[in-house]
Amino acid sequence: MAERVLMKGNEAIAEAAIRGGCRYFFGYPITPQNEIPEYMSRRLPEVGGVFLQAESEVAAINMVYGASGAGGRVMTSSSSPGISLKQEGISYIAAAELPCVIVNMVRGGPGLGGIQPAQSDYFQATRGGGHGDYRLIVLGPAGVQEAANLMMGAFDLAEKYRNPVLLLGDGVLGQMMEPVVFPEYSGPAPVERDWVTDGAKGREPRIVNTLMLDPDDLYRHNLKLQAKYARIAENEVRYEEYMTEDAEWVFVAYGTTARICKSVVDQIRPEGHKVGVFRPISLWPFPKAPLKNLAGRVKGMLVVEMSMGQMVEDVKLAVECEAPVHFYGVAGGIVPSRADVRKNLLQAMQASKGGDEQ
Amino acid sequence: MSLVFSRPKSMREKVTTYCPGCTHGVAHRLVAEVLDELDLREKAIGIAPVGCAVFAYDVFYTDFQQAAHGRAPAVATGIKRVLPDRFVFTYQGDGDLAAIGTAEIIHAAARGENISVIFINNAIYGMTSGQMAPTTLIGQKTTTTPTGRDPSKAGYPLRITEMLALAPGSAYVARCSLHNVANIAKSKSAITKAFKMQIENCGFSIVELLSSCPVNWGMTPSAALKWIETDMIPAYPLGVLKDVTQEVSSGGDA
Repeated sequence: MAERVLMKGNEAIAEAAIRGGCRYFFGYPITPQNEIPEYMSRRLPEVGGVFLQAESEVAAINMVYGASGAGGRVMTSSSSPGISLKQEGISYIAAAELPCVIVNMVRGGPGLGGIQPAQSDYFQATRGGGHGDYRLIVLGPAGVQEAANLMMGAFDLAEKYRNPVLLLGDGVLGQMMEPVVFPEYSGPAPVERDWVTDGAKGREPRIVNTLMLDPDDLYRHNLKLQAKYARIAENEVRYEEYMTEDAEWVFVAYGTTARICKSVVDQIRPEGHKVGVFRPISLWPFPKAPLKNLAGRVKGMLVVEMSMGQMVEDVKLAVECEAPVHFYGVAGGIVPSRADVRKNLLQAMQASKGGDEQ
Repeated sequence: MSLVFSRPKSMREKVTTYCPGCTHGVAHRLVAEVLDELDLREKAIGIAPVGCAVFAYDVFYTDFQQAAHGRAPAVATGIKRVLPDRFVFTYQGDGDLAAIGTAEIIHAAARGENISVIFINNAIYGMTSGQMAPTTLIGQKTTTTPTGRDPSKAGYPLRITEMLALAPGSAYVARCSLHNVANIAKSKSAITKAFKMQIENCGFSIVELLSSCPVNWGMTPSAALKWIETDMIPAYPLGVLKDVTQEVSSGGDA
């Protein structure tokens, strides 16, 4: 039985990365994720890895590009404004089909914003974020244990599809302490590595490249990427349903806000309200089909986010008007209270009764 | 009959994309010859910039990564940290290295990153067809300084190689020119020295090569080579700016 330890989210993520085979970390300080690089700077040398503090987020993500192209299991972490700076490199990494893991401990924006938790980078995360048609695999854990589990598998997932994986957390997840048990890791899954540039010894040279000036070549490359994204959408959808079997209303929320919604469900069910929670874990690919299925069985949905309304758009696209979709969001680094979430749910129920959808 | 001249093994059999009279081809050949002579072809990973030399991966017969504009030193750092026993070099132009990639090159030197950099200075943006570069000379006409570079509006040319010589982590820093045979020979010696520095784990090495861009300068190839001698060299003096295996004098003349 593996040991159960009490750890801060950021540190558990760093430890899980190392246990999941990560050996290279390139990053730049920004609150609220500094425990990740700090932990890596201590631990990576112990396992024969390399920690490097770069001169900027831009440099750090390009170091990730080089290291991944050289065959290293590599990651970077940052928070919102820093992730914006990394977008150039992320687009190149996605185009060159290089595996890597990126952690975004989201803080309130736009601009320099604040340092308090938020979910306002959902659009950026799930739409690619940089230029061009590409997708990241985006995972949104709702606790320290789940963050550790997802992180341990993230490097294998990235290598399986030769695609960046983004772990989307928030300041709450990064800073809170919870007990965690690190699962056993059986070692990297065998994957073809015939693209790694490690010196053309006894073989033809390899090129890690994103330039395709011939429109036909670039179009073909885009079609190839889309085919890969379709495979990911087919195989990597993850979500959790909480008390939805008999639910008449469901919250749709991810990460920290999903925990609050669950807590409201526990509080409100004894009062006779049949409420559940649908929690997307993979934010891309978004769990469209199970959500639509659920929409056909409920009276309404309330999407709760620490943003002014981002995931709610995906929810509406997924349910295709099968159920009224309401929204409650707060921004600026404010975490919604149970009381406010409950009040908004009761208001949504009331509005629906009156036939007034939203 | 003995073979006295052939294509270096480190070069592909491919026509380059360079304009007539451009000295990029000479620089490529020198790098390929040195890779051959130091037996580095099978352990080399090159990094191509954004600019005219972006197709370097189609010229060199070695592993290659193509980097985002200016980021080649960061990409090289990532590669070298994963594969410290391999040979890693970047090939960058002046817009790439001395404008958008200023932070990356300076910090690669500051870290003493054990990589080698070939820096082509032709005082103009070639691929985008002739805009002002950070290295454009005072008075030089470009498509974005149509009446000549006026320092009061467009600032001064940047001698970034001198800045890199000041970084404690740089091991070898030299500026050479490709305008005639004698200087091409000196350039090759400098590239050889820079590459040996990396092999011997001495740290960061860079060779700046003054290079011609006849098409965007609006000159014939021969006039362009002459212009390097008459106009560029006075602004960018040639020589070895730093060599940690020579010296050590206290002052330094960089």
